[in-house]
Amino acid sequence: MKSFRPVLLVATLLALVPVFLPASDLHAVPQQGPDRSATPKPGAPPALKPPVIEKRTLSNGLPVWVVALHKVPVVHVSLVVKAGSGIDPKGKYGIASLTADMLDEGAGSRDALQIADAIDYLGANLSTESTSDATSIELHVPVARLSDALPIMADVALRPTFPEDELKRVREDLLTSLIEAQDDPESLIQFAFPRLVFGTEHRYGTLSMGTAATVKGLSAADLRQFHTQHYAPSDSLLIVTGDVTAADAAARLEPAFGSWKAAAAPAPTVPAPTQLTSRQISLIDKPDAAQSQIRIGWVGVPRSTPDFFALRVLNTILGGSFTSRLNQNLREEHGYAYGAGSTFDMRAAAGPFYASAGVQTDKTAEALTEFFKELEAIRKPIAPEEIEKAKNFVALLLPRNFETTERVAGSLAQMFIYNLPADYFATYTQRVRAVTPADVQRVAERYIQPDKFAVVIVGDRKTIEPGIQALNLGPLKIVETAEVMK
Amino acid sequence: MILPRLLIATLVIPLSVSAKETPPPTNAQAPAGQVARPSPARPVQRPAPQASRPASLTVPFTQFTLPNGLHVILHEDHTVPLITVNVWYHVGSAREKPGRTGFAHLFEHLMFEGSQHVKEGEFDTLLEAAGATNNGSTETDRTNYYIDAPSNALELALFLESDRMGYLLETMSPERVNGQRDVVKNERRQSYENAPYGMAAIELSKMLFPEGHPYHWPTIGYMEDLTAASYEDVVDFFRKYYQPANASLVVAGDIDPARARSLVEKWFADVKPGSGPVPPIDYPHAMLATVSRKTIEDRVQLPRLYISWITPPLFKPGDAELDVVSQILAGGKNSRLYKRLVYDLQIAQDVTALQASAALDSQFQIVVTARPGDPQSTPAALIDRIRTIVDEEIAKLQQTPPATREFQRAINQIEASFYNRMESVGGFGGKGDQLNAYYTATGNPDYFNEDLSRYRALSAGDIQAAAAYWLPLKRRVELTVEPMKAAGPGKHE
Repeated sequence: MKSFRPVLLVATLLALVPVFLPASDLHAVPQQGPDRSATPKPGAPPALKPPVIEKRTLSNGLPVWVVALHKVPVVHVSLVVKAGSGIDPKGKYGIASLTADMLDEGAGSRDALQIADAIDYLGANLSTESTSDATSIELHVPVARLSDALPIMADVALRPTFPEDELKRVREDLLTSLIEAQDDPESLIQFAFPRLVFGTEHRYGTLSMGTAATVKGLSAADLRQFHTQHYAPSDSLLIVTGDVTAADAAARLEPAFGSWKAAAAPAPTVPAPTQLTSRQISLIDKPDAAQSQIRIGWVGVPRSTPDFFALRVLNTILGGSFTSRLNQNLREEHGYAYGAGSTFDMRAAAGPFYASAGVQTDKTAEALTEFFKELEAIRKPIAPEEIEKAKNFVALLLPRNFETTERVAGSLAQMFIYNLPADYFATYTQRVRAVTPADVQRVAERYIQPDKFAVVIVGDRKTIEPGIQALNLGPLKIVETAEVMK
Repeated sequence: MILPRLLIATLVIPLSVSAKETPPPTNAQAPAGQVARPSPARPVQRPAPQASRPASLTVPFTQFTLPNGLHVILHEDHTVPLITVNVWYHVGSAREKPGRTGFAHLFEHLMFEGSQHVKEGEFDTLLEAAGATNNGSTETDRTNYYIDAPSNALELALFLESDRMGYLLETMSPERVNGQRDVVKNERRQSYENAPYGMAAIELSKMLFPEGHPYHWPTIGYMEDLTAASYEDVVDFFRKYYQPANASLVVAGDIDPARARSLVEKWFADVKPGSGPVPPIDYPHAMLATVSRKTIEDRVQLPRLYISWITPPLFKPGDAELDVVSQILAGGKNSRLYKRLVYDLQIAQDVTALQASAALDSQFQIVVTARPGDPQSTPAALIDRIRTIVDEEIAKLQQTPPATREFQRAINQIEASFYNRMESVGGFGGKGDQLNAYYTATGNPDYFNEDLSRYRALSAGDIQAAAAYWLPLKRRVELTVEPMKAAGPGKHE
């Protein structure tokens, strides 16, 4: 493929910046061909209609948000519960994630195989997943089979049985995947970077799935208790997108979810992480690796940051698009990498910010120099046209979130999980448009401080260590794989 | 074709950090079939029983061909104010010359670096400023490109797409080739050399297809061939394969077809015709006569077994049957291999089965990753046990048709996947890309219903017959990836 593209966060923006001229006249073209010296300028961006959310409430108080999309005869139903790995208690990291994994391993009167058989037979997809801030049970199904699938989804979400033998199997699967992750430098750095930034004390220093030690300690009783305490209609939302009407959706959901009664235990708040104060380099050895995986960053921002829009613009310029400075430098200018990017991972509390790439082993030190060059340069004033391009890009991507049933459901889930205002999508454009060059510079200076960043490298130590040492970036520490996995 | 996700890799293995226990959906390769081959004896076909059958699928389109030979397909979908411009060049790595493997893909990279009226870097800059994204991908049989943009940027997208189709060489230079050569080498390092099990796909192609067969070498190419690629190669390749008559263009989404047509005519009419469409590759089908076995080492902790067969090309008899076979063997918790190896015995971490359809010959692959066994068992012993069970399950399917519910479950999953493919217009695998895929393979862009009908027409007996005919235990390729021994050589036979 042409490009590695950094993952864009679900929430994108819309800015209709009036830099475009009207569309050129079609009929003023000479027969022999168009005038190619004048690049066609797009006209005014099309008006965007954010999805119309119709809100209903089931008899138990569970809210239902419905967006009708009648193009394809399919429906996507999500039950979003505001209980993610962020609230895992100390010593039980991975409990939210394992609870979600176990939901479809036995529920109601069905065992694991019966659930899978019933769902597959309907041509449906049923998934259960925990992220940092929520757990989602998602059903995607042809509309003709919706009524058959909903009772199974409700069993899975509300009446899981957590059978011991299935837990043993799923736990083994998880433990094996933790072994596999160590073999893949791209996976390993996903464990190593947060651990080296957030440490073992803060929940964000360990991935949602937990560690081998904590996963081994989780019993069926633990999972049952987590489910009872944290899955409740008062903290949940049903989202329905697709080939249904709001009235029809509510009528079908009532028998499946309307009698769900549970009281949620008060959810603990994720504490603010401790920020790094000085630069540190950590190297994990992968003998003979063809590339070095690099992540550079620190504690970023929570999703609630008032600087959200300015940061989206900033990150687009730094490493959030193909023409971003990091990708242009490391890929297009120097050819050190297949792609380079940067991410602000925003959660309930401040998640990580990092710049990242996989670079060829013999250019590791050179690539680090270029990373820091860009991380310093982004703090200096940015040309207005570069900011305008980024604002347009981020803003005009917004309609993509509204094309498919799954993406609309995902957008609505973000609104719910992070308590975004009802006019969030309607006002998105103007909020991006309101970002000024001064805002971008202010957030760059505040959130990009390279002299305090952690630098994490997974690569061939014998080849790359001398070059890294010679850069004098800061104290270098050799870290064992086992240390970041435990 | 079940799920068109068009990647350069022939096989996609799930990222190991995922704790999901069900195998991922299969990925189908891009179509471009043109050759017939003997088919297995087929029992009388009858429609599969089903209570409520969804209506037939159709994606309405209009099409025309420009005087220079460029075929154009238009499709309206006004769900969101976005358009896609999707181009397929009917050339892939199968056309590469010896010593120049990986070239079709390297060439793909050069298509983003500017053309006569688009300065280097401007292609992406102009598109991002308009809120558009773009990408390209290369396979054995084709190279595709898309631009997804807000509907007001349709003309900009057509201008950029036409300029690189008509005027790429005017500003091409050895420096540009060098720049992307380095990027592609890093793509190879990242996705193959540094990725666990990454070299397996490259080994499998070598083992399955004889020297000289167009699928013998990997689309990503050999490192030394990437080094050897020259500016002159770029010129030759462009003239031969990137002419308008060897391409097809889809414009889909929030368009007014009349205006879209006049804009296409405006920007593509001056692209000079070449020598005409390139004739299909005429290469004899590859056949395996025996079992060929190989073991390679990798920096991994879990051994993995790959078993592969050469199977019928896309849309040829047997192709749809083998998609169903892959579902029955490894699609979901109740599938035969998953249930036995992963669920019941728990000696495997994951199993996938895939009919990877392509124009000349397809591959059917079964991939099983072993769980760590007790310390006494060697990787070879773990793999032997897994292979024995895989073979037992294949033999069972070859002897007895799948049960009614099991068969219908597989068909229902495939049927639903067709509806799920209708939601997106742009990107890889969106409707624009699918219209081009079907046009390329069959001449009919709206082949959705015909494709689905292939599966609806099958019986359980057809599945048994296909497994018996196409998956012989005595003629296939077996590749084992073992954990590297501490002091051993890098690879051994």
